[in-house]
Amino acid sequence: MLEIRDLRASAGDKEILRGIDLTVNAGEVHAVMGPNGSGKSTLAQVLAGHPAYVVTGGSVRYRGQDLLDLEPEERAQAGVFLAFQYPVEIPGVTNAYFLRAAYNEIRKARGQDEVDSMDFLDLLEEKLKLVDWEPAIMSRAVNAGFSGGEKKRNEILQMAVLEPRLAILDETDSGLDIDALRIVAAGVNKLRRPDNATIVVTHYQRLLNYIVPDYVHVLSNGRIVKSGGKELALELEARGYEWLEDTVGAAS
Amino acid sequence: MSSTVESLVNKEYKYGFVTDIESDVAPKGLNEDVIRLISAKKQEPEWLLAWRLKAYRGWQKMTEPHHWPNVTYTPVDYQAISYYSAPRTQKPLGSLDEVDPKLLETYTKLGIPLSEQKLLAGVVAVDAIFDSVSVGTTYKAKLAEQGIIFCSFGEAVREHPALVQKYLGSVVPASDNFFAALNAAVFSDGSFVYIPKGIRCPMELSTYFRINTAETGQFERTLIVADEGASVSYLEGCTAPKRDENQLHAAVVELVALDNASIKYSTVQNWYAGDENGRGGIYNFVTKRGKAAANAKISWTQVETGSAITWKYPSVILQGDNSVGEFYSVAVVNGRQQADTGTKMIHIGKNSRSTIVSKGISAGRGQNSYRGLVKVLPKAEGARNYTQCDSMLIGNRCGAHTFPYIDVQNSSSSTEHEASTSKIGEDQIFYLKQRGLNTENAISMVVNGFCKEVFKELPMEFAVEAQKLLGISLEGSVG
Ligand SMILES: Nc1ncnc2c1ncn2[C@@H]1O[C@H](COP(=O)(O)OP(=O)(O)OP(=O)(O)O)[C@@H](O)[C@H]1O
Ligand SMILES: [Mg+2]
Repeated sequence: MLEIRDLRASAGDKEILRGIDLTVNAGEVHAVMGPNGSGKSTLAQVLAGHPAYVVTGGSVRYRGQDLLDLEPEERAQAGVFLAFQYPVEIPGVTNAYFLRAAYNEIRKARGQDEVDSMDFLDLLEEKLKLVDWEPAIMSRAVNAGFSGGEKKRNEILQMAVLEPRLAILDETDSGLDIDALRIVAAGVNKLRRPDNATIVVTHYQRLLNYIVPDYVHVLSNGRIVKSGGKELALELEARGYEWLEDTVGAAS
Repeated sequence: MSSTVESLVNKEYKYGFVTDIESDVAPKGLNEDVIRLISAKKQEPEWLLAWRLKAYRGWQKMTEPHHWPNVTYTPVDYQAISYYSAPRTQKPLGSLDEVDPKLLETYTKLGIPLSEQKLLAGVVAVDAIFDSVSVGTTYKAKLAEQGIIFCSFGEAVREHPALVQKYLGSVVPASDNFFAALNAAVFSDGSFVYIPKGIRCPMELSTYFRINTAETGQFERTLIVADEGASVSYLEGCTAPKRDENQLHAAVVELVALDNASIKYSTVQNWYAGDENGRGGIYNFVTKRGKAAANAKISWTQVETGSAITWKYPSVILQGDNSVGEFYSVAVVNGRQQADTGTKMIHIGKNSRSTIVSKGISAGRGQNSYRGLVKVLPKAEGARNYTQCDSMLIGNRCGAHTFPYIDVQNSSSSTEHEASTSKIGEDQIFYLKQRGLNTENAISMVVNGFCKEVFKELPMEFAVEAQKLLGISLEGSVG
């Protein structure tokens, strides 16, 4: 589904991603971990096409296409979804209006008919259950005045509505209380299918107890320095990152 | 703001066509003879000619307000303008069927079908002003059943002279300011509305203004009187052809709300704004003011996306106790447009209340200034004002400015002022694009959200129009 080869990206003069290799197949869950500032969010944003980053080398293929060649909205329409580490507020635009607009754009891109607001409300009701939320949240402006945890839950609601093929969750667990974490993780699990894939960026092993990854990768200083199975996350929890950074130092 | 949110391409102006029609045009230039000619063409009574001439003599001693508004432009040559232009017709029009088909076609192109059966299923009555002359008022008969008068200004002068004479200039005197004085001297037509005591006008009243002929100015005058306990909602829309030279639009609107009356006046202004280099476009120098008696309410809502230069301050004199004044405004500048707009709320009556919500959006090289005065006079016990003034910038080459003036002479009153300036965030646009919206839809969504408090004040059908217009006028404002 996704093949990242030697991906390099910078913001301004600063090189942040320094040669990333990563392959994600349909049906898999990959966890990406690593110290603050190592480039996890940058990787997520580059995959989504944020204009602040310039790709300086490498390639990304997504379902047979050159992903880097697509506009951000084309990537979204092709099924790439990013749950933001810091979701953005859009004052004056209701959550329901925004979600329906997004849903219809993606349907249009897939050659499907747009849905009217009545049909959409039915769909929304289902999806709200998935994240255990009250409909009242839908008439509030997108993320405006939402608590940190509410913003994160809203990202997962959007993911549930848009049904992406490749979902990238950037620290969706931080800011969630324990109950919310369970609800959100259960929601993500319910959306797992053999034909979609998930990349979970997190600092905490705890989330991976709920969303069990097939692979764990450690990002350090713009490179993947170690990959392994789900037990790698436990090892990181016990030992921290320092031993890995040492390996990098020795290797280069 | 980097690559995504910059670079400007001016959108083609959709209403920029010229209607090929024969017009009666007065010779260029302004003098007492021209004023006498206008008055004679309109078969006006002696008192009105005298009023015009007095205004003209006053105007000659006034100076154009070049310095205090935050706009720059080449001075208007008042002798190079023609002050009267009318579509040439053989005889006075008896009904809409007699209106020149080319004119009707023009209004259809503008999206305003004048044939009555098509008119929004009976919810809107329209008076259409083409250059200087009113070409047809629909639904007049139906309104007349309730004693409502809705007609061209010229007709009102002929048919209801006492009403006109009583209220003309009672809110905006002929000597009020340079442009108002000019208007008083040369105004050619406009709309007149009178709602009798206790009557709620059963439909939206609407005027469409259209400047067609080159080198003419448009100087219409609107007078709306809501008698005691009456209420009315009125909407005006405006367009003009694309021309390289600037055209002057100096209108006056007077609103009179007597005890317990209410007037809601909404404007969707989309005059030609000039090209991307600032050539051509309308100078929109307009005086709008209302006077609210006891328990009366006057509410201005404006969505301004057009004109090269806008200079206007729809205001309310809160004369009566418990009177209410409101001003809800969205002003958009793109390309080389400049706007200096806002309001004045003059609190005279006890417990009078006013609300000001101004949303300024600047894109391209546009310059947007909010200028507002809240004045509380000594007798206005318990007066209250709330002002909210938000600016949004799109790109790096535009500007937003606010000039609030607060003058409070009564200590029991309260005024509250909130202001904010934000840049349309690249992160907001990216977030929406990541959810599948293209750039234009993303901008339109953010901007419409920003303007929501104003749009919800517009009558339903026009709110939809206004949202579309906003989308069009900002198209291409983000690269
Ligand atoms: N737009 C930008 N301009 C300049 N520097 C940037 C930009 N975005 C990220 N950086 C820098 O790149 C580095 C990687 O940032 P990134 O946000 O990808 O880290 P992260 O691994 O997600 O960290 P965290 O765990 O704290 O979320 C940091 O040093 C950051 O300051
Ligand atoms: Mg991060």
